[in-house]
Amino acid sequence: MTLKASELKVGATHKERVASNLSRTQLVQYAGASGDYNPLHTDEVYTTQVAGYPSVFAHGMLTMGLTGKMLTNFVGDGTLTKFGVRFTNQVWPGDTLDSTATVTAIREEGGHKLVDLTVSTVNQDGKEVVSGTATAKLD
Amino acid sequence: MTKITFPVEATHIKMFAASLFDENPVYQGGSKELGVVAPPTFPQAVAQFDPEYFLRPKPGEAWFGSAKGPSGVEGKASSSGGLHAEQHFEYHRNLVAGDVLTVETMPGKTWEKESKRAGKLMFSERITEYRDQKGELVITARSVGVRTERPVAQG
Repeated sequence: MTLKASELKVGATHKERVASNLSRTQLVQYAGASGDYNPLHTDEVYTTQVAGYPSVFAHGMLTMGLTGKMLTNFVGDGTLTKFGVRFTNQVWPGDTLDSTATVTAIREEGGHKLVDLTVSTVNQDGKEVVSGTATAKLD
Repeated sequence: MTKITFPVEATHIKMFAASLFDENPVYQGGSKELGVVAPPTFPQAVAQFDPEYFLRPKPGEAWFGSAKGPSGVEGKASSSGGLHAEQHFEYHRNLVAGDVLTVETMPGKTWEKESKRAGKLMFSERITEYRDQKGELVITARSVGVRTERPVAQG
């Protein structure tokens, strides 16, 4: 399913809860699937006693992936042309994350209709953990 | 840098989607129209196919995570202070199960910044190109890593 340009307006938003009470086990799952075994994400002993953090924390790429889930649910499969983010705060076990996409432009380029979006993911305290932009093809 | 061969497989896509709690059916068996499309951040899983990847423990090598003690190496591990600051993907076409990519990473810019929360920040950029069997560009990725002088203060 691809979004239709005629059904979109600048300023329209799509919001989803992408994580609820994020578990350490999900961090292990993501480590296994992605191949990123940095102990900062799965090894509480190393992370607290050696690295000096209060607990393990999520891979930035897990948070980007969760944000991407909201994005593909909104714009459809196989329509993204660009997706980029900055990791603005760490994500911790127990966090609940909400991701939002906001339409900033609807335009044409090289015969394709495109939508430009800002994306933002915030935690349960309203603190932004991911901030970025994306572009997707429209019907 | 060395080129990595990254075979894109349906089972790997399914596991990756499962780790994101993403129940989109396109990752379970694909659609007739698109095939099994990879999730947008899946290109990062190329790490699985990099024989030298420094964040995977390897047989016969000391690992900096905990084992008998809190770290398997003496002193501070060189890779312990690195965090991911930015990640950008440009999709030239859809990545689907069945693609066999050749992946090459090149160093980009480096810069420094002072911060209140973590002291001196040392940023470095890496550009990664993912090409298909025909040599055509499928994805271009730009990653920014940051090394901090001290752990990031919370609050």
